[in-house]
Amino acid sequence: MARLMLVAFDPSEVALGHGFASALGIPFDVLLLSGADPAEIGAERTLAANLGDVPPADSIEDGVVAQLGGYSHIASVSSMRSKDHLPRWAAHLGAAMVTDVIVVEAENRFRRPIVAGSMIETVEVSGSPIVMTFRPSGFAKFSPNGTAAADSITIPITDRTRRVGASARGGARPDLTAAKVIVSGGRPLKDAETFERVIGGFADSVHGAAGATRAAVDSHIAPNELQVGQTGKIVAPDLYIAAGVSGSTQHMAGIKDSKTIVAVNIDPDAPIFENADLGMVGDLFVVLPELQAKLAGKF
Amino acid sequence: MKIMVTVKRVIDPYAKVRPLSDGSGVDTTGVKFDANPFDEIAVEEAVRQKEKNPVIEIVAVSLGGTECEEQLRKALAMGADKAVLIESSENYDTLAVAEEFVALVKAESPDLVLMGKQSTDGDNNQVGQMMAALLGWPQATFASKLELADGTARVTRETDTGEETLEMNLPAIVTTDLRLNEPRYIALPGIIKARSKPLEKRPPSSTATSRVKTVKVEAVPARSAGKKVGSVDELVAELSARGLF
Ligand SMILES: Cc1cc2nc3c(=O)[nH]c(=O)nc-3n(C[C@H](O)[C@H](O)[C@H](O)COP(=O)(O)OP(=O)(O)OC[C@H]3O[C@@H](n4cnc5c(N)ncnc54)[C@H](O)[C@@H]3O)c2cc1C
Ligand SMILES: Nc1ncnc2c1ncn2[C@@H]1O[C@H](COP(=O)(O)O)[C@@H](O)[C@H]1O
Repeated sequence: MARLMLVAFDPSEVALGHGFASALGIPFDVLLLSGADPAEIGAERTLAANLGDVPPADSIEDGVVAQLGGYSHIASVSSMRSKDHLPRWAAHLGAAMVTDVIVVEAENRFRRPIVAGSMIETVEVSGSPIVMTFRPSGFAKFSPNGTAAADSITIPITDRTRRVGASARGGARPDLTAAKVIVSGGRPLKDAETFERVIGGFADSVHGAAGATRAAVDSHIAPNELQVGQTGKIVAPDLYIAAGVSGSTQHMAGIKDSKTIVAVNIDPDAPIFENADLGMVGDLFVVLPELQAKLAGKF
Repeated sequence: MKIMVTVKRVIDPYAKVRPLSDGSGVDTTGVKFDANPFDEIAVEEAVRQKEKNPVIEIVAVSLGGTECEEQLRKALAMGADKAVLIESSENYDTLAVAEEFVALVKAESPDLVLMGKQSTDGDNNQVGQMMAALLGWPQATFASKLELADGTARVTRETDTGEETLEMNLPAIVTTDLRLNEPRYIALPGIIKARSKPLEKRPPSSTATSRVKTVKVEAVPARSAGKKVGSVDELVAELSARGLF
């Protein structure tokens, strides 16, 4: 019998999984690893593990895998965390794994981006279960659908790997993967202070998130969790403003699903203009402040 | 102490590639191949560890056809001591790749396996974690800093929200992110020296399996041709016309 276990690392991922679960179209349960009060997405059962801070992957895999018996599909929202954990579960289950599913064509047929998002591959998976991560932007948005109350379960933790430090940055801005507006900056932002003032200030004025290119992150202009692209965050805002971003394949791989892409670049031949819906040739240090003033109060 | 590093031969990450006209795969005619950039970072890291601790032996390994020798030679030129190619032109899915490398780990007994976090062709991000699970080893993915000390590894890794530091006992698997290091430029003497380093070929430990079959490869639909605006006012008007606010 086909049945999906949607594994959510925190409650926000439950709502994000709704569209994917509907697209797969089979009965499903939710395993919520941390937090409470998941969105009502129509799961038959919700199992809440109440882990608090989700421990390192090798510390909970046995406990999680013990909950996965009898499921034909096991899936989580694509994130660095799910990519850390899920392949371990797949290995224990002897299961095939498909990363970054964007379209469900059938119970065992999926589409996903490959080679830095430059192509889309359709794969057919044999055997069961199938382990997957999926990108929520490809699927319908959440709408309430009723869910049974959560049953508490216990997932044993082994402490082979010790987490000795963690830093979470970000502050008050929305998460890149959830923001409706994103303003991104590249190498020309010069230094962290300039980035924060020009890009961060713009982001705040439109209640949006700040993003960055790898070049900006590598030069310590922006923190690593702001990197957008093939090897950073995959984003899908309504509006993506790229300022001083050349438009490398790797950066574009992360922003293709944005509804409207605006590029501001001083070089009329910058590749980003080939992929931007709206392009303006100009100095970002002139254009962004003017645009910020004219967009004030609109978002 | 021994470090094993996996090196995959992939399409040059800077090449523009397209699907074959019949959609059966990626058109690789005239396309250059290179070592997976994340794997080069893994090799570089192993070499830097060896520079600090010369007793370290580095073995670079790959799974694929004879042509993968080229990427293994590159790893040797960067400073690996020996290379092993599991030679096969069959299709392997990620779990099958992990199983082959696990068999090699059992034969070579490394204290640490350093790998790329993902291959830039398949973009799977799976093999390292799968190997760690099969071996029952701890892991640190997305590593941006690695410190080794008597039997333990301390790894700073990038997370969705920032970074964290993990401490684990060896043996372990560490997968590299871009900011771990910048791979060195390979000078000519390294390339010449690499020619005399051992490169062993061995058959796969079991028959190839692939539970994941590619049925079609397509180009990403191009975004509709963009419009250039001449002023910020025009830009604001266009955004408004698109119903953004
Ligand atoms: C394996 C791999 C993975 C990668 N993953 C990623 C990834 O996830 N994300 C990512 O972003 N990159 C990634 N990269 C790097 C990518 O190839 C590019 O190097 C990077 O995106 C370039 O960043 P940039 O646009 O900021 O810098 P540049 O390419 O240097 O571009 C700067 C742009 O700013 C313009 N400019 C300069 N001054 C001004 C000004 N005053 N006003 C307006 N415009 C100005 C210039 O014309 C130029 O177009 C990856 C690379 C590899 C090999
Ligand atoms: N055929 C292969 N040969 C050598 N290394 C590989 C191979 N396949 C995967 N790997 C390693 O596994 C890592 C993750 O690959 P993947 O899970 O395919 O994204 C890569 O960075 C490589 O180090």
